[in-house]
Amino acid sequence: MNAKLKVWRGTPGAPGRYEHYEVPFEPGQTVLDALRWIRVHHDASLAIRFSCINANACKQCLIQADGKTVYACTTRLAEREMTLEPLPNKALVKDLVTEIAPPDERLQGSAVPRKP
Amino acid sequence: MRLQTDVLIIGSGAAGMYAALEAARHGARVMLVDRSLIGRGGATVMAQMTVAVALGEEQPDHWEHHLADTLKAGRELCDPALSRLLCEEAPACIREMDAWGVGWARKSGHISQVQAPGHDRPRCVYVDFVNTGPAVSKTLRARLQRTAEVQRTGDLLVTELALRDGACVGAYAVHTATGESIPIAAKTTIIATGGLTRIYARNSASINMGGDGYALALRAGAELIDMEFVQFFPIGHLAPRLVGMDPIMWDPFRYKLGGRLLNAEMREFLQEDGRYVAARDHATYAILKEVAEGRGSPHGGAWLSFQHCSERELRAAFGPVIDRLAANGIDLTRAPIEVAPIAHYHMGGIRVDAEMRTSVPQLFAAGEAVGGANGANRLSGNAITEAFVFGRRAGLRAAGLAGNTPMPVPASARAPAARRPELNPAAEIARLQAVVNQHVGPLRSRAGLARALDYLNALGAACAQLPAPHGSVDAEWLDLHDLRNMRLVAECATRAALERTESRGAHQRDDFPDMDPAWRVHQKLRLAADGLRLER
Repeated sequence: MNAKLKVWRGTPGAPGRYEHYEVPFEPGQTVLDALRWIRVHHDASLAIRFSCINANACKQCLIQADGKTVYACTTRLAEREMTLEPLPNKALVKDLVTEIAPPDERLQGSAVPRKP
Repeated sequence: MRLQTDVLIIGSGAAGMYAALEAARHGARVMLVDRSLIGRGGATVMAQMTVAVALGEEQPDHWEHHLADTLKAGRELCDPALSRLLCEEAPACIREMDAWGVGWARKSGHISQVQAPGHDRPRCVYVDFVNTGPAVSKTLRARLQRTAEVQRTGDLLVTELALRDGACVGAYAVHTATGESIPIAAKTTIIATGGLTRIYARNSASINMGGDGYALALRAGAELIDMEFVQFFPIGHLAPRLVGMDPIMWDPFRYKLGGRLLNAEMREFLQEDGRYVAARDHATYAILKEVAEGRGSPHGGAWLSFQHCSERELRAAFGPVIDRLAANGIDLTRAPIEVAPIAHYHMGGIRVDAEMRTSVPQLFAAGEAVGGANGANRLSGNAITEAFVFGRRAGLRAAGLAGNTPMPVPASARAPAARRPELNPAAEIARLQAVVNQHVGPLRSRAGLARALDYLNALGAACAQLPAPHGSVDAEWLDLHDLRNMRLVAECATRAALERTESRGAHQRDDFPDMDPAWRVHQKLRLAADGLRLER
């Protein structure tokens, strides 16, 4: 049994695209598990932001799944196609990574453009 | 872009943040950088457990009692000067955190202290409910936000320390969000990047705990110490699948509720009688022995049961956490869960003196990145304590030295010409973690360690140099960076483990099962032109 993921890929200022992946489905798996599986088995260039992996302590893996803002590490994978996108209200960095740090905790003078 | 500062601090867990506050308090301009987000990427924010400190709030206590327990747990291998500093200065740091509003749990008007395994009395403070690490991180981060002398920068990965005449004069960093290379000139530098537990497949670490600080220190000429001693937390969560909780979460449950650790025959094999008393190294080997002898739980660990507790008792002790367990289909009144050892903490690290100075001038270290304070086995609760105490000391001394040091001329960014190796670095990291877990884990043998070393040596050529990143969030490059550091520190742990022909604390050899008094020595590692050098 496979889960299907439709993942937004792209960088600021260029048209993005959706890529489709199939991931072996195991009950209990999370969306972050699936994204990490994709990086190991298909495409290590997929950019995602996370740190604590599973504990929901770092609060960094915020993305949109099927149009809802969620933590990828606590959202269970479903046996259907899920659409994963970067947060719409934060500046895009790359793929599913957005600029979520407060301005005074970023590199001063670095400009990450807004998602068009 | 070029940056400059008096004190550069790499890593924003409790050690790095405390160091930043202390350095600023002593007049330094500070730059606190983290490859992840400030205060959210290291081990501290994940700590769900307790903090050891001789406050004497629960029962009379003295730091010398805390020190005696720390030395005993360390199996005769602690650096006494570091252990003493940890225990003696802990009360001041814990009280300062209290004044800053961390919210240590209280009862009857005093700070609550619980008894953890290896302590002779109730000594461990905590924040309810299993919120110690997040509360510590939030408190320090909020304090930093009100400290103008400290500039905080996330998404900045230090790839190499800058040296001049053998002294550390700052670092080379990559702003991962843009891929820009950024040299940072600094009068003094503190490494506070935590440990190396990510080199294990089964670990309780964040993805940033791949030994970055050790690799930076080694390549700058500093010495590492006790690299063979990796602590496995015995009762890390194993099954059923649990999301949204740290795998170490059963520790606070056992502090408060006891719990029974059972084998497949539903028999307690540690003679704890429902109490939480077994030291971490002993409990780890006892579980592995049950599994090896066919008495493990279905997923290869042990059962942990809280079925003696009522729903009301569980709710009183852990409030909302019980709902999070229910969302994972776990009802502790009805069924036990499965637990097994998990790589949790590294006793070894960068060799420092009691002022947190490394052997490289102007380079300091703090927190888990420091080796020696906890010997061959860390006492429960000492990790956050050492982060506070060593961070504070490093901040004080780095600020003091920076006051007498001229600003170094900012070095130019390096332009590495290395080509990318032909491998999927994310997959190779997973392979490395599997090899290290199998052969450099809690039970070791010459044959297994030699096999791990063969693998790590074969990986050496692909990791010889770090190529340049391409653009924003070059995820493959980040993995290459991590693989390179993980390979180096895994080699350190493996080489030291192969050499130590005895069993002591967290280092257990099935071919040398006894502790050997002749091995009451530290092994040191440094990087020479022809590779790692191991010395006693």
